[in-house]
Amino acid sequence: MSTPSRVITLTLDDREVGAHTDQTILEVARENGIVIPTLCHLEGLLPIGACRICLVEVVGSNKLLPACATKVTDGMRVITQSERLTRYRRRVVEFLFASGNHICAVCVSNHHCELQDMAVYTGMSHLTEPYRYPKLRVDASHERFVQDDNRCILCQRCVRVCAEIEGAHTWDVMGRGIEARVITDLNQPWGESDTCTSCSKCVQVCPTGALSIKGMAAAEMKKRKHFLAQYWTLKEEES
Amino acid sequence: MSRTIVIDPVTRIEGHAKITIYLNDEGNVRDARFHVTQYRGFEKFCEGRPYTEMPALTARTCGICPISHLMAASKACDAILAVRIPDTAVKLRKIVNLAQIIQSHALSFFHLSSPDLLLGMDAPIEQRNILGLAASHPEMAREGIWLRKFGQQIIEKIAGKRIHPAWTVPGGVSAPLAPETREWILSQLPEGIRIIQRVLEWYKSAYGQFADEIEYFANFPSLFMGLVNEDDSLEHYDGALRVVDDRRRIIADRIPSADYQDYISEYVEPDSYLKSPFYKMMGYPEGIYRVGPLARLNCAERTGAPLSAVELFAFRKLSKGAVLSSFHYHYARLIEILFGFERIEQLLNESDILSEHVRAHAGPNREEGVGISEAPRGMLLHHYKVDRNGLITWANLIIATGHNNLAMNRGIAQAAKHYVKGDKIKEGALNRVEAVIRCYDPCLSCSTHAFGEMPMRVQLIGPEGTLLDEKIRTI
Ligand code: SF4
Ligand code: SF4
Ligand code: FES
Repeated sequence: MSTPSRVITLTLDDREVGAHTDQTILEVARENGIVIPTLCHLEGLLPIGACRICLVEVVGSNKLLPACATKVTDGMRVITQSERLTRYRRRVVEFLFASGNHICAVCVSNHHCELQDMAVYTGMSHLTEPYRYPKLRVDASHERFVQDDNRCILCQRCVRVCAEIEGAHTWDVMGRGIEARVITDLNQPWGESDTCTSCSKCVQVCPTGALSIKGMAAAEMKKRKHFLAQYWTLKEEES
Repeated sequence: MSRTIVIDPVTRIEGHAKITIYLNDEGNVRDARFHVTQYRGFEKFCEGRPYTEMPALTARTCGICPISHLMAASKACDAILAVRIPDTAVKLRKIVNLAQIIQSHALSFFHLSSPDLLLGMDAPIEQRNILGLAASHPEMAREGIWLRKFGQQIIEKIAGKRIHPAWTVPGGVSAPLAPETREWILSQLPEGIRIIQRVLEWYKSAYGQFADEIEYFANFPSLFMGLVNEDDSLEHYDGALRVVDDRRRIIADRIPSADYQDYISEYVEPDSYLKSPFYKMMGYPEGIYRVGPLARLNCAERTGAPLSAVELFAFRKLSKGAVLSSFHYHYARLIEILFGFERIEQLLNESDILSEHVRAHAGPNREEGVGISEAPRGMLLHHYKVDRNGLITWANLIIATGHNNLAMNRGIAQAAKHYVKGDKIKEGALNRVEAVIRCYDPCLSCSTHAFGEMPMRVQLIGPEGTLLDEKIRTI
């Protein structure tokens, strides 16, 4: 049995706000109109704190904490904007670009990409680290979708939506650190997956051009994520 | 002991290149070569990518004529889909392709070449550019700029972004034509036609002054290759391949794109990264052929539009057979601009041009596709192979400048023999050798990445390899 949620107060950037103990810093910030950038997080999926874009400072903690995955506590003092945070967030985006092969001009998601948006938001105009140019796989074996590791930022939204909402759990992560990749089933080609229901939820929630509908040309892929909100509204009505 | 003159890089062509002129013991020109020194390896780069990316990806091979690559790439992808794309999509692609040819020809003629023609080949180098032209012939400069801009505006209004639009897609185009855009283009066309007709009148009255250049500017027999329609009229997007000889006799005709390898072979010369294609039946290097505006007018029987038909009639009078002097690439370009306007007008007046059905959907149904279209500078060929999932396993691109490679070499050798004398290079002679290259309007940014005017290095190497003379000019 989880402990029932209590009402508490905390400060967000010098503002005193009320919240419930079962809320995350991100949820409370959003309720109060405070913008914290996010990338791996998607409302309607369980937070995992994978990308570290949403890092905030909490007074008394020497670590930066992910706002999407950190619950609020009574009297907590949170700083969401600082020079240090701006620097960190920009570095995170830089690393994401450096670790894949992002050639936006030819990408299906050009102009509709959350990673691109984040580069703009954090003012990341160039890389201070060299590109890695890794040799990565493109899996076009699925009849309707294409998966391109070159553009994957390992946010695991695909993994989560597939397991938590669709209930298929086709996606998972294989390998560690810089070698980590998303895979379908036991690393079989997507087209040969026994569990995939071809529902396209993973494609729609993927923030980049890593998952796309087959046949789309450059800049044509626009993701539709509204199904998630609808899903939860229905669930709530049901219960 | 022979000596070598190096002109590096050529000014006022798009890209990065070098000319070497070889002198013999008597100080006369023995031979001349045109080298392209950089290689971007695009064909390799494409491997493993989904075929649907090819239009955008190959448009990146060229910042100057991305539209042409979009056309050839989309056609190759259509072939992989194995669908017949909607008629309206074909027409819209044709309009945009012609607009690209118009803007590119206007750039070539007014910005890059007309300074030579209007100010003279011996005019000071500082003046032989569009600014010099604006000072001495303001009307001509203004109209040239207008024509180019109009071409660009047509592209922008139909296809969105002017450079690298994502509008052309496998299976058709991504958006139909807006009625306002149609109205706007139609309202501007008469002005375009008026301007280009005036320029044509001027060219016809003026080319007599260039008898010498016409005679020695890459004026030699060769084959010509281009697309023609079923009724033998001029075509830049579809049609089948035709090859004519120097007497305009058809030696191969109605060649479907997919069969190009039966007719064209490629030779890679050790000193150039540019492939040198030749007509297979005649072997290398006898099978030398030219593509581009001159070749297209030599291949087609008629233009298929009234005003340009009259001009083509006059053009034919230049020669009994094919027009052979590369100097007249300029003339051919002007006629094609006029034709482009006329054809765009015809297409805009087709009843289904505003149809919203502009795209066919399909997956990869064939494992191979060839797309050929006419780029401003000549035939552009894309050939892809894909695996059963539609990932590229192999790609071959033959760009217009590649088709013309052998002809350009022969052309500069001819001009150099006539104009370069002794061990000092005179400005006028140098410029004439370069101007031969400009006749072909080679677009080297397909293999390199520079645009516009660059510094030029001229080296004159003596018998023992010593530097006799060097000129560096920065424009
Ligand atoms: S996913 Fe595509 S659009 Fe987004 S950053 Fe990567 S290459 Fe650019
Ligand atoms: S495929 Fe897309 S959704 Fe899945 S981890 Fe990669 S970027 Fe995230
Ligand atoms: S959004 Fe919080 S860690 Fe990614």
